[in-house]
Amino acid sequence: MFTLHAVGKTFPDGLRALDAITAEIGAGEFVALLGPSGCGKSTLLRLLAGLERPSDGSISWESGRQPGPGDIGYVFQDATLLPWADAASNVFLPLRLRGVSRAEAAPRIATMLEQVGLADFAHTMPQALSGGMRMRVSIARALISDPLLLLMDEPFAALDEFTRHRLQEDLRGLWRRSGKTIVFVTHSIYEAAFLASRILVMSPRPGRIAADFSTPLPDGAARRGSPEYAALVADITETFRRVMPA
Amino acid sequence: MNKKKQKNFMNAGPGALSPTTPQARHRKNFCAAFFKKRPLASLERAAPFLFGLIALALWQGAVWALRVPPYVLPGPLAIGAAYFGDYRVLDPALLSTLTVTLTALAAATAIGVTLAVAMAASPLFRAAVQPWAVILQVTPVVAIAPLIIIWVNQPFIALVVCATIVAFFPILSNTAAGLAATPPELLDLFRLNGASRWQILLLLRLPSALPAFLVGLRISGTLALVGAVVAEFVAGSGGFASGLAYSIIEASYRLEIPRMFAALVLLGVSGVVIYALLGLLARMLLRRRGSA
Repeated sequence: MFTLHAVGKTFPDGLRALDAITAEIGAGEFVALLGPSGCGKSTLLRLLAGLERPSDGSISWESGRQPGPGDIGYVFQDATLLPWADAASNVFLPLRLRGVSRAEAAPRIATMLEQVGLADFAHTMPQALSGGMRMRVSIARALISDPLLLLMDEPFAALDEFTRHRLQEDLRGLWRRSGKTIVFVTHSIYEAAFLASRILVMSPRPGRIAADFSTPLPDGAARRGSPEYAALVADITETFRRVMPA
Repeated sequence: MNKKKQKNFMNAGPGALSPTTPQARHRKNFCAAFFKKRPLASLERAAPFLFGLIALALWQGAVWALRVPPYVLPGPLAIGAAYFGDYRVLDPALLSTLTVTLTALAAATAIGVTLAVAMAASPLFRAAVQPWAVILQVTPVVAIAPLIIIWVNQPFIALVVCATIVAFFPILSNTAAGLAATPPELLDLFRLNGASRWQILLLLRLPSALPAFLVGLRISGTLALVGAVVAEFVAGSGGFASGLAYSIIEASYRLEIPRMFAALVLLGVSGVVIYALLGLLARMLLRRRGSA
């Protein structure tokens, strides 16, 4: 779907965040960018979204097609909903910004809310929703424009373990059914191993790709308990032991 | 996509949703408020009035007991009597002061919000204007008022200009701070969806700044009254007979101290009412956000 050619990023204050990132991501992959805090994972996500430009190297999109407005769904660490708008209006926002009328969008809003299990909460204000429910609204908002690429920046990091597991399972189900390309930033080895079809392990600053895992794991309820999952977690842990400064 | 599957995918199930339905939460809060807080809350609400009544009674008692002459300190009853004897003069004066105050508040809102938006849009404009806004703010209006009253020969407009100068700064600074505090993630989200500058301003920045603006408006509301009264004092000593400040000057020349106090009470009550109404406005506008 897109290829990163020796992408690097240096911030104006001289901080080198990313260095020589080269990778090719295929359509339909679920890629986890895994690394410690401050290794430039989020910066890489912002480069993919076009919110920042690489200082060197380049990103080339398949058939030369740069994503346009609405082609990228972005989910932030916080749900970042508009506090003055109810759940349905928040989900509607991306379409509204591109001039779709509310009446035209209504069926799609209802479908999206139903898909994230919030059909009964269309007119609930964000502060009356739990953290997990807010994140669900945020995911529905990112998906409503049917984006080519879904970018997620540690979306479940602030949730409790139980809510996080539930959302991880739901997100994996969503990916398997929709076939969307997802790039998911996380600092949790377990989250990366459970969710992704491919894991790019990043080294501490300046971020480089230290390892690239695409180990297939069994799907379904047995996934978290499978020996393959445990082996992958052990492999990644070993990789970090090698690349982390002592 | 299979319809049944669609229904289930990402469905949280009853266990995940039930603890925080809004109804349940509301019921819980209501119960807590009813059983725990109610006696204390009603006493707290009555407290300012009770305190006021006791203070007034002590004041009246002291005036009677010590036989203080009314031209030194009138009791509350004499002040009330002065108002009812003079309401034909005092009410129009109050109306005049309030008209100046509210016109100035409206002008301050328009100027403050416009400048704040322009400053948020252009760092150059901010750099050029901000120091002058601060200078205007720190210069005492009593010092500028005579000039303005000379320059603007329509007295009503001169008073409004003075009161606006006093009142606009809190609206400007609070709105500017609110606009600057727009969450950067939401700005990114708007840009990713191709939002125009106008869409970002109208759908994101202005609503984000609303709570801060309302705080500024509440401060400015009382400052507009202060500004109006100061300007009336200056204009009144120049012979422009209007407003409660002029009533106070006139009454002091004639040593009609109870009437002076009556005008003062009207001013105080006006300030409290303006403050309370603007607080009510803020609560109404922010009610749905739950963070008011």
